[in-house]
Amino acid sequence: MNRFAELLDRLVLTPSRNGKLTLLTDYFRTVEDPDRGLALAAITGDLHIAAVKPAMLRTLVTERMDPVLFGYSYDYVGDLAETVSLVWPQTPGNIPNREPTLSEVVAKLQAASRSDGPKVLAGLLDSAGISARFAIIKLVTGGLRIGVSARLAKQALAGFGKVDVTEIEELWHGLSPPYTALFAWLEGKAEKPRSTAMALFRPVMLSNPVGDGDLEKLDPADYAAEWKWDGIRVQAVAEGGVRRLYSRTGDDVSGAFPDLADAMHFSATLDGELLVGDPREATGTFSDLQQRLNRKTVTAKMQQQYPAFMRCYDVLQIGDEDLRALPFRERRGRLEIFVKTLDPSRFDLSPFVEFSDWHALEELRRVALHPIIEGVMLKRWDSAYVAGRPKGPWFKWKRDPHTVDAVLMYAQRGHGKRSSFYSDYTFGVWSGPEGEEELVPVGKAYFGFTDEELRQIDKYVRDNTVERFGPVRSVRADRDNGLVLEVAFEGLNRSTRHKSGVAMRFPRVSRLRWDKPANEADRIETLQALLDR
Amino acid sequence: MRASDLLHPRPEGLYCPPGDFFIDPVRPVNRALVTHGHSDHARSGHRSVLATQQTLDIMGLRYGEDFAGTTQAARLGETIDLDGVSVSFHPAGHVLGSAQISVEHQGTRIVASGDYKRQKDATCAPFEPIRCDVFITEATFGLPVFRHPPDTEEIARLLKSAAQFPERSHLVGAYALGKAQRVMRLLRDAGYDKPLYIHGALAKLSEYYQSQGIDLGQLEPATVESGGRDDFASAIVVGPPSAFADRWARRFPDPISCFASGWMRIRQRAKQGGVELPLIISDHADWDELTATIKQTGAEEIWVTHGREEALVRWCELEGIAARPLHLVGYEDEGD
Repeated sequence: MNRFAELLDRLVLTPSRNGKLTLLTDYFRTVEDPDRGLALAAITGDLHIAAVKPAMLRTLVTERMDPVLFGYSYDYVGDLAETVSLVWPQTPGNIPNREPTLSEVVAKLQAASRSDGPKVLAGLLDSAGISARFAIIKLVTGGLRIGVSARLAKQALAGFGKVDVTEIEELWHGLSPPYTALFAWLEGKAEKPRSTAMALFRPVMLSNPVGDGDLEKLDPADYAAEWKWDGIRVQAVAEGGVRRLYSRTGDDVSGAFPDLADAMHFSATLDGELLVGDPREATGTFSDLQQRLNRKTVTAKMQQQYPAFMRCYDVLQIGDEDLRALPFRERRGRLEIFVKTLDPSRFDLSPFVEFSDWHALEELRRVALHPIIEGVMLKRWDSAYVAGRPKGPWFKWKRDPHTVDAVLMYAQRGHGKRSSFYSDYTFGVWSGPEGEEELVPVGKAYFGFTDEELRQIDKYVRDNTVERFGPVRSVRADRDNGLVLEVAFEGLNRSTRHKSGVAMRFPRVSRLRWDKPANEADRIETLQALLDR
Repeated sequence: MRASDLLHPRPEGLYCPPGDFFIDPVRPVNRALVTHGHSDHARSGHRSVLATQQTLDIMGLRYGEDFAGTTQAARLGETIDLDGVSVSFHPAGHVLGSAQISVEHQGTRIVASGDYKRQKDATCAPFEPIRCDVFITEATFGLPVFRHPPDTEEIARLLKSAAQFPERSHLVGAYALGKAQRVMRLLRDAGYDKPLYIHGALAKLSEYYQSQGIDLGQLEPATVESGGRDDFASAIVVGPPSAFADRWARRFPDPISCFASGWMRIRQRAKQGGVELPLIISDHADWDELTATIKQTGAEEIWVTHGREEALVRWCELEGIAARPLHLVGYEDEGD
């Protein structure tokens, strides 16, 4: 348990992706089965333990210590799980020779009934030290919140076994904790596990951005073009009565889109874009789609207001026939026939964009102002469907980003290489009537600048600090003083969490406008106009 | 005599009227008794200072040799008479030279502990419990949430991380007096024998510790002249925490920031400070040490000062021991 507890503690404080990967692979290397597999399941959210209510935890602890002292402690720490792990009284003489392993803890918790749950939990807390108690409480209350996605955990597995991450993604939904066969394969001790499970994820094919000079080397006649839809990439798999919708990284998102999953009356694997609206009438914006994302349950009203549909652009399998090796032209032909058999309110075909040469396509790309289109996709007619991001067969050619001139308001120190630099910037635009303008924060960016520019902004922040809050400095920013940043972003969403009412997608600093007076930065109305378009 | 007639708080610090002296005064006074060298307890400008020789030496290093009009060294355990008040110094286990001060007059004995800890520490003499009528305890970590793990476990985590990330440097924030030397000594005791790189603010005090027979091994200045950026890969660098947010830290490759402090017990504290590897190493007593020490002194009355007084006072009430907060002003926890 201690090794798992230590892993959680380190992961939550390690900001860098590579640092997290190192910690995870080291853990997989040094910890044996089944503990490492259970840890993996806890991280990916695949470990199910009957929930313990926070109120129960509170009762357990105040039965064991003075409630006033507990109150002082909880007020100070602010987090119930952490407070309980720290103040839990260790009864002398009751300390076992060794702490329980993760698998022993999980087995006891899973075997506990609702009535003896509190007693089992208390017994486990008695047998563990502070870090292990924290980890146990996190396991039972659910939600580790350690900043590690299932995707990152799979990356770590790939690094650990020196295999491609797509192989892990393809296997994943056929496996279950503690993943003993998976680890045996990754360690080279066994064959790759074979799965008999239905409707598994197939690793998706990804595109490369069009770079400078790329197109000059390509013949337009070799490529088909489609709009690049601003939704989320999904794979719809139906097989033997099992229906699943997967995200591009193989996460099962069927639960969030029951309306679409219910319409999958077929036996095939389709690739496409998930959007909301009715494909025969109007396609919703990404902002509309966001209403449906990251929800545990979807109300009937929500499904009616923002119905989900899939705009198909490829087919990987029909019945038992694997089509991935066929050229795109043939797969597309099969897809066109196949989509005709599906519910037209839930599935349609991504249309081609006709063009004669790159210049003509660029014109079309530039004027495609519809907010649900973010550019064009180029696909080689003769390309097979290959997992990963091969260079050449598929390109994405995005619309130029939006830009806004904003004023630097707060700067936060970075981590690792940037730990002595103020490198994360919160910026704002003007709002309010003339003469009473104030800055409202509209986003945060921490890249887009060169190392030299970082040094310059850092110096500016240090020289113009108004206030400090821990690692954050508030920077002088008013009508007469302030650093203007040109910020590029991909789109805007409505947000109720931000005071400004907008949230930027993929913001980055595109230029430092040392020349521009702060009062000439943009106003909030400029952004609101983008939302309403 | 009533205990509060023997010692009571004044704006300058804790005052003893019959002996006419202050303990750890925060403003210049005529006669000062100083428990240890941290700057919130040991200030310059008093007319006379009575402290252990090591505390006097440390004050000299920090403030210059003329930090007080006159000085007198107190030997541990030896009784000194100050206008009829018997005063003696006893080890507090906090930092090198730190002492509790026992004040006795007409059959009443009060022990002012200054700052103290009970964990073993190779860089200073261990705390000795003194029987007394009134015990004045600090309460820096006076909440049941503060439970310091063994320091050897914390150092083992630092060494494990150094092995896991050999391409990066580990920057250990530790206060210049006491904590820094303790961390270095713990690393040596754990078998780490490579040079340790130190920030300039640590040089004089670390040299003094070495001169007092506390072996810290090979220490190198963490300056660019002593090595290029890449030479600091896998290095362990010790410096005051404030230096790591500073431009000074840019000479190190992709550093992992570590902070050796009792405050690191609270995750949110570590997170807010951008600390990646918190090391829970404290020179103050944790909750269990505070409560155990109070019982050991046999004191009938406890005065609680600087820290979270209310929880410790509450605990004393539950144990049937009279207790009250002292409300002394001017003490921060420089030492942790």
